[in-house]
Amino acid sequence: MGDDRPTHGDDRPTLTGDRAVDVRRGLGDDGAAGAAGAPGPGTRHPADERVVHQMERAISLLLRGGVLVSTGLMLAGLILIFVHHPGYSRLSGGVSYRAVTSPSVPAPHTFSELGNALASDQGRGLVVVGLVVLILTPVLRVVVGMLGFARLRDLPMALVTLGVLCVLVASFFVGSR
Amino acid sequence: MTVLDLVVVLFAISVAAGVLGSLVGLGGGVVIVPVLTLLFHVDIRLAIGASIVSVIATSSGAAAAYVRERLTNLRAGMFLEVATTTGALTGAYLTTVLPARYLFVLFALVLGYSAFAMFRRRHAAALLAVSGDRIANFFDLHGSYYDDALGHDVGYKVTGTKAGLSLMYVAGMVSALLGIGSGALKVPAMDLAMHMPMKVSTATSNFMIGVTAAASAGVYFARGQIDPLLAAPVAIGVLAGALGGSRLLARIAARTLRLVFVIVLVVISVEMLQRGLS
Repeated sequence: MGDDRPTHGDDRPTLTGDRAVDVRRGLGDDGAAGAAGAPGPGTRHPADERVVHQMERAISLLLRGGVLVSTGLMLAGLILIFVHHPGYSRLSGGVSYRAVTSPSVPAPHTFSELGNALASDQGRGLVVVGLVVLILTPVLRVVVGMLGFARLRDLPMALVTLGVLCVLVASFFVGSR
Repeated sequence: MTVLDLVVVLFAISVAAGVLGSLVGLGGGVVIVPVLTLLFHVDIRLAIGASIVSVIATSSGAAAAYVRERLTNLRAGMFLEVATTTGALTGAYLTTVLPARYLFVLFALVLGYSAFAMFRRRHAAALLAVSGDRIANFFDLHGSYYDDALGHDVGYKVTGTKAGLSLMYVAGMVSALLGIGSGALKVPAMDLAMHMPMKVSTATSNFMIGVTAAASAGVYFARGQIDPLLAAPVAIGVLAGALGGSRLLARIAARTLRLVFVIVLVVISVEMLQRGLS
């Protein structure tokens, strides 16, 4: 072991002379008192540490929540599918999966199709909703990050995450062409 | 094999993929796509759709734990995501233009080189105390984390931001084209080019691949290439695996992790080469 050496309390390098040090807030640093070698405690403000912790907690909870909700929806949907299609699970004479998973059997992927699928209560629509929730979870995570940086008044990072959000939204529209 | 059999077997394999993926910062997509196409003879477009979903699942499942443990470098991750998402958009456009074969070969070569470079560096890895990288300093991408295996906090500085951004852009492009999270490119980029600690690199990679995959998932979803019967068991299985795997990360030494990652890289590289050349 001993590959990773702790850094010794160096002062933050002063290359960015045109930005006041206290405009930048640290995130992802453990500024706690016991941190051996964490960079310059003088640049960390206690109020900001709290916001940082809140942000990390919010992101963690959001990811976990999104995963749980989408899993629940997908499981419920899957169960519904098998309940409505007893042929899917018989050992003999059962439907081979190839019949249902070929590209010529398109999955519902527009809102009207989704509405129909949900209404006919076959479970497939529910699974798709679960998938949509799963796909949206990282997007929401970016939003939370952006709000967190805005609250920390960290303009550079807030703008960066806004940029990521814009690219993500653009990708959803590119796809629907 | 009935539909139920498929779902159950797919679930089991996905759990294994999730465990491995959450440890080394990959999305399991590199396992899922070959399994679906080679073992189950599923159309490759559907396989890629399911794979993209599994990447988001691994990412969200594992990152929830890593972020709470303060292992992930949120700032660096969110900063680099600009490059990965833009790359993914480019890749989504390129799917209409570029034959996939070239990508497999390219990916294989890049991975092969990464495996070699990481293997050579497995004993090195002295962390930086000072960084001269202007971008990293401006955005304050540096951080620290608590290393369980060492027993104390470890601070580190980040460098090589421009190289990191370029690599992340390529990773994003490949992600959209192949339906993977490209963690296999991201981890070496952070570990080698940006001098981030190995565990932070894998944790941050896990964090980032979800957003990268989401950028291309929209496209695949709109094309109807995400089949619920394939994507759902894969996603749930991978999640279950990732939740278990993310608990293991704290107890593994960085050197072991690097070795496992090198092995995974070699396997993936060989497989990609095979697909590209066949």
